[in-house]
Amino acid sequence: MIEIDRITKTYDGVNVVDAVTMTAETGTITVIVGTSGSGKTTLLRMINRLEEPSSGEVRINGMSTRATKPHLLRRRIGYAIQGHGLFPHHTVARNIGAVPKLLNWPKDRIRTRVDELLALFSMDPAQFRDRLPAELSGGQQQRVGVARALASRPDLLLMDEPFGALDPIIRARAQDDLRRIQKALGSTIMLVTHDMEEAIRLGDRVAVMDSGRLVQHGTPAEIIARPATTFVADMVGDVERPLRLLSLIPLSEVVEDGPATGKALPVDASLRDALSSCLWTGRTAVPVERDGAVVGRVTLDAIRARAELRA
Amino acid sequence: MRIGAILRPALVLLLLALVLKPAWFTPVFAPLAPEGAPVIYARSSLLSLSLSHLGLVAAATTAATLVAVTLAILVTRQAGEAFRPLSRTITNLGQTFPPVAVLALAVPALGFGAGPTLVALFLYGLLPIFENAVTGFSTLPPTTMEAARGIGLNRWQRLVQVEVPLALPVMLTGIRLSVVISLGTATIGSTVAARTLGEVIIAGLLTSNTAYVVQGGLIVGLFAVLIYDALVQLEAHLVRRTGG
Repeated sequence: MIEIDRITKTYDGVNVVDAVTMTAETGTITVIVGTSGSGKTTLLRMINRLEEPSSGEVRINGMSTRATKPHLLRRRIGYAIQGHGLFPHHTVARNIGAVPKLLNWPKDRIRTRVDELLALFSMDPAQFRDRLPAELSGGQQQRVGVARALASRPDLLLMDEPFGALDPIIRARAQDDLRRIQKALGSTIMLVTHDMEEAIRLGDRVAVMDSGRLVQHGTPAEIIARPATTFVADMVGDVERPLRLLSLIPLSEVVEDGPATGKALPVDASLRDALSSCLWTGRTAVPVERDGAVVGRVTLDAIRARAELRA
Repeated sequence: MRIGAILRPALVLLLLALVLKPAWFTPVFAPLAPEGAPVIYARSSLLSLSLSHLGLVAAATTAATLVAVTLAILVTRQAGEAFRPLSRTITNLGQTFPPVAVLALAVPALGFGAGPTLVALFLYGLLPIFENAVTGFSTLPPTTMEAARGIGLNRWQRLVQVEVPLALPVMLTGIRLSVVISLGTATIGSTVAARTLGEVIIAGLLTSNTAYVVQGGLIVGLFAVLIYDALVQLEAHLVRRTGG
């Protein structure tokens, strides 16, 4: 559990981060979202003490981050940033193994861990282990950057706009990968982004920052349905709200018995996918399948009911 | 690349022949020597002069590299930033002093021989190495430095594992410039009795024997060209390795 307790950062008399208090549960993704200058990156960098807080405290599993020397603290906290920041003169394996090596893991344990992580990120270890970062594509570099951050099984993974430099298609894949890997490893992640779409897609909890203050902290559905301030509402976007809400609900929640024709959607697709499919093909219901077998349907009326529910 | 593949070994062979078998070149240099004068310098072995010449350059460059790089590391830290203009002035001063003046001033203090030459070469070599090292250390990729800090490398580990390797190609450019300057400058060390290839050239100048001058000049020139080339290759290799 990560507890951020009335943390403040002051630059030249201005509170860049103003008494932010927030708790993140172990095994969840918290996305901190805000515009540039909202203090979100400063907040993140105070957790691993790349910036020292002016006042307040961060506790990781009950222990204050001030109890350890900064560089020792950082070895227990994964850190991935926009533009990956890989060491250009080290191979992929050395990059990923950097923190385990700092922690004096034995060589063969590091090698096993590196191969394990490469496989987890769908990169063939034999093919990629000995390459230099410059020999990888942007998406692969980003994956190696995240793998490096995860290598020592850290208590917490901090990510600062990790997908900001990727094109939309690769970004969507990277987000799905992160979700999958986070579920598999049970990691605790705090991620900073300016993109509300990304926040809603990835976050178990979303924290919205505005001018240094935490203006709302809740589940994506709460943020969309009941924005606390006009700023949050602007971030969510009025026109997009029903669609964003639908994107959070899997078909499995509203699937019902009954006939439907045309191409089926998997149960873990969202209501937004189903709505899109209905509109595009002129259907009033789409079949839903699990592992290739049709298990029911989702109707346009059911989708509409869910979209209206919290409006 | 093609031309280099042929030219490089050819020049190496020419240099080896000039140093080890100078007598072979008697017919080539004979037209340049005055009537009746010796054509090939024989007062001391060209090999030992070459080794002593290269040794002086190597010693001076090593010392200059150690001092200049240490200084560059200090002034590119946050705490040392204030000293950057001062260091720049000092290293600039080393370059402003003509080496001949340094030799003349150092002789009373250090006596005749290799000492004053070493001092002159050292001072003269500082500036290019310092300037390049400062550039190298202050133009490191910011995201890499941020990540190095973020994953928990301490100052020393960042310096040794990340900063020095990444700044190395740029530093090497400075060292290369310094070496080539020193190779040429070392010849005037012979005016204060340092054993360098300058001895051959000066002997030629004193006796109006152009054959000696050309012989000495050619050997120094070939050393400079070949060492320069070798260092360029090394830099290119390092840059390729860092994916620069």
